[in-house]
Amino acid sequence: MRSIGLFIDGLMQYNFLQTALITSILVGIMSGIIGSFIILRGMSLMGDAISHAVLPGVAVAYILGINLLVGASIFGILASLLIGLVTMKSKLKNDTAIGIVFSAFFALGFILISLAESATNLHHILFGNVLAVSDSDLVTTAIVLAVVLIFVVTFYKELLITSFDNTFAKAYGLKTQVMHYSLMLVLTLVTVTALQTVGIILIVAMLITPAATAYLLTNRLSHMMIVAAIFSVISSVIGLYLSFTFNWASGPAIVLTAAIFFSVAFLFSPKQGIIFKKKIS
Amino acid sequence: MIKVRDMTVAYSGSPIFTNLSITFEPGKITGIIGPNGAGKSTMIKGLLGLIHKQGGEITLHDKPVSKQLKNIAYVEQRAALDLTFPINVFDTVMTGTYPNLGLFNIPGTKEKEATSQALADVNLSEFSQRQIGELSGGQLQRVFVARAIVQKADVIILDEPFVGIDMKSEAEIMSILKRWQAEGKTIIVVHHDLNKVTKYFDNLVIINRGIVASGTTTEVFTKENITKAFSGDLSTILFSDKEPENA
Repeated sequence: MRSIGLFIDGLMQYNFLQTALITSILVGIMSGIIGSFIILRGMSLMGDAISHAVLPGVAVAYILGINLLVGASIFGILASLLIGLVTMKSKLKNDTAIGIVFSAFFALGFILISLAESATNLHHILFGNVLAVSDSDLVTTAIVLAVVLIFVVTFYKELLITSFDNTFAKAYGLKTQVMHYSLMLVLTLVTVTALQTVGIILIVAMLITPAATAYLLTNRLSHMMIVAAIFSVISSVIGLYLSFTFNWASGPAIVLTAAIFFSVAFLFSPKQGIIFKKKIS
Repeated sequence: MIKVRDMTVAYSGSPIFTNLSITFEPGKITGIIGPNGAGKSTMIKGLLGLIHKQGGEITLHDKPVSKQLKNIAYVEQRAALDLTFPINVFDTVMTGTYPNLGLFNIPGTKEKEATSQALADVNLSEFSQRQIGELSGGQLQRVFVARAIVQKADVIILDEPFVGIDMKSEAEIMSILKRWQAEGKTIIVVHHDLNKVTKYFDNLVIINRGIVASGTTTEVFTKENITKAFSGDLSTILFSDKEPENA
């Protein structure tokens, strides 16, 4: 356990490690909250798609020297609109539309990134490098968290009803499409921020694994979001410690930790755990 | 009063019905019956604007229905919902207050009281903290009727509310429908069980890809109309021993 002492010493000593810790916590909170809606709406694949689809936006932002969030948001929303369009205007099912659009965007992003090779590091974008987060990135992350919290608090009722019973929401005249695309926009912002800690490829895990863990343990949406955020934060902090200590990429370290929490909940959840269920049956 | 004029709905080119016109009266329970695939649910969804219409005008109190959708409570067929959603009975019923709250407002004391009252009306007070997946089919249907109560709408539309539920729940739902009827609300029920038609409905609409007949139940529920919409065999069975009762 000497390594924990070293980690804490490091936290006291190094500014970069403090920034990384705070970023991990902020990203953990927002991905737990938005992830809850993603899994309840059956949109895990969509979450994966949007996170991959922001890659060309990241590349373009680097090339043009504009804010990452702007570039990524444009491509994130563009991808969700295209997915919606292909689903509506063709006989294809939604998952096929998602697969086509996100892989194309990701491929485009990959090529654009290699064109801009000198400016950035593809490996860090794909797998995350939370130890390299700058102070200005931290400020951006804090702003995105504020946006997420304001969005969820303001539209809690609408998010709940469109996730739970979309037909009822439509029948009383709620603009369910507006809610869908607003959520996609917020998801894009979360994605770009989470890119720093876990990287593009593993963002979907941050969105769905802690939320799925919480889903097994709770019976109310508000509790689920809080528990998801807590699991997400704990996984992020432990992952950061592992990353610092063993020099692992931060993304895989965080995601594996989250997956271990999920496995424990899956086996031992008092309501839905498979071990407990066996005992009562 | 809700009026449908010249409604046409088609799925990928082939029309379900063309220029359908019908009026639903307040203070009446109107049943909609018809064989499978007759377009019962489609008609309801067209009326609510849930599906694309090729034409038609729908008014409530002589104004376009699209501007006053919150004044219609819609109880969908149960099967369509995710019953593992993390929500309890109380919160499910309370979503019925959302239409009148509008954006940015959250349910307060008044809405919570209305929710408790509605749960008591359908005899589910003791289940208020249960997760919705832990209820029986009949209890669940009563939850959605309670949600329609708190919406305080002038029109209530129920799609197959009695499918797969116990007798007690059916009777309780029916007593709520009678209460709404006494309050002068317009109640529309899509129904499939022909046996209870005369007992349940004041007015009846028989459809089969268009209106076959509509009017008071006694006028409409005849051997001739059932033969037209369903089949001769069915009407013979239905009306053989009940002829005196219906005549």
